[in-house]
Amino acid sequence: MAYIKCKNLAVGYEGKPVAEDINMKIEKGNYVCIVGENGAGKSTLMKTLLNLVKPISGEILYEEDYNAYDVGYLPQQTQAQMDFPASVWEIVLSGNLARLKHRPFYGPEEKSRTKKNLKKMDMWDKRQESFRNLSGGQKQRVLLARALCASEKMLVLDEPVSGLDPIVTADFYKLIYKLNQEGLTILMVSHDLKEGLEHATHVLHMGQDKIFFGTKEDYVKSEESRYFV
Amino acid sequence: MIEQLQTYFQYPFVKYAFIVGTLIALCSSLLGVTLVLKRYSFIGDGLSHVAFGAMAIGSVLHLTSNNLITMPVTIGAAILLLMGNESRKIKGDAAIALISVSSLALGYMLMNIFSSSANVSGDVCTTLFGSTSILTIQIKEVWFTIALSAVVILVFIIFYNRIFGVTFDENFAKATGIKTQFYNLLIAIIIAIIIVLGMNLVGSLLISALVIFPALSAMRVIHNFKGVVILSTCLSVFCAISGLLISILASTPVGATIVAMDMLMFFVCCAVGALKK
Repeated sequence: MAYIKCKNLAVGYEGKPVAEDINMKIEKGNYVCIVGENGAGKSTLMKTLLNLVKPISGEILYEEDYNAYDVGYLPQQTQAQMDFPASVWEIVLSGNLARLKHRPFYGPEEKSRTKKNLKKMDMWDKRQESFRNLSGGQKQRVLLARALCASEKMLVLDEPVSGLDPIVTADFYKLIYKLNQEGLTILMVSHDLKEGLEHATHVLHMGQDKIFFGTKEDYVKSEESRYFV
Repeated sequence: MIEQLQTYFQYPFVKYAFIVGTLIALCSSLLGVTLVLKRYSFIGDGLSHVAFGAMAIGSVLHLTSNNLITMPVTIGAAILLLMGNESRKIKGDAAIALISVSSLALGYMLMNIFSSSANVSGDVCTTLFGSTSILTIQIKEVWFTIALSAVVILVFIIFYNRIFGVTFDENFAKATGIKTQFYNLLIAIIIAIIIVLGMNLVGSLLISALVIFPALSAMRVIHNFKGVVILSTCLSVFCAISGLLISILASTPVGATIVAMDMLMFFVCCAVGALKK
């Protein structure tokens, strides 16, 4: 029983594939790491799984009680967000947007979910503060709280620790692991193999010509990992 | 001075000018934050030049109301500029510059070739800088402005949370199933309407100021989205009203006076923001 299953998936832009023959399966409670060289298509695959980019060929299947949009996403931060005037509360609340359906405003249910996730991320005391004045690690925790408001099933992270110092990075991975232990499925694109892979259950390695998908144990033994680990 | 104002306010056209001015200032500041953050600060300029070009076509064709042609053409240009930005070859600022200068040139050319009036540069100057057109406004146009402003404000309030989501992080919104293209379209249409309306007040060259200045000023002093939106509308309305008053009392050009007030307010906000730190 898998949340997401990719069959012979090819991903890319404007009809030109960047990576082909991707076969993988993300099951409930998995902690999947996507690793590989620059330009191998890690981000493109992630954007395809998030429905931001259309697949070139192949299939993405969703099973069980999971649907394509039941996902929380932690993107890389953009320049525009750096000077966006928004409070922590406003940003985390906006994670509930898809739950509004056809209502124009947030109700008590969305607000209590926002409060819960802010407390969980230890950012409740900072809710009135401006996002742009926070430290890198605090910003990531705010965006994580927003992602948790969007979904309780699946969390997709795009190189979440780039630009964070080692101590904050270690804390961040601990936090992700804790969420995974609580039942959240994790899909993470990462550069940082040593720490990033520590808690992973599965690995998708995207090489220039070969793609590996399997459990972390198999990956560590495999030929693909030799160059990396 | 107060007596002088009382005399002026006996004239209906002065009252109309204040009603229209307040409404346009209010509407134009609403989307300022979104446009600044989406790096579309210059869209006001670009679209108003498109509206200028359309207006030239309108006067050549002797249409009864210029809005008949400026509104659809400007909305079309806004959609073209704001939508499908990812896949286009010419994007963002370059696209705006391209459309902006082309319509300005075409409009001026048309007005020159087909002009029925003797004072072409006077006409052009009026459309570009608004000069006194707000003081010659008709009751019909006042109702038109009131109706459209009501629509713009209502749409903004109803879609406030979605506009925030799409502005702050379009990809996140899209990944969770929000129809971001639809909201981008909505933003494009609203901004086009605002610009066509605003041309009456400050003319097409200065409309950018009306859209951008209040948002930038408010962003100096306030650091959350709702606060910035509220403060920028207040600042915008204040600047419009005080600008109108000054222009009546000192016989300065309306549009330029309002923009000068906005500029002054920006410096005040910069100072306040620096002091707060």
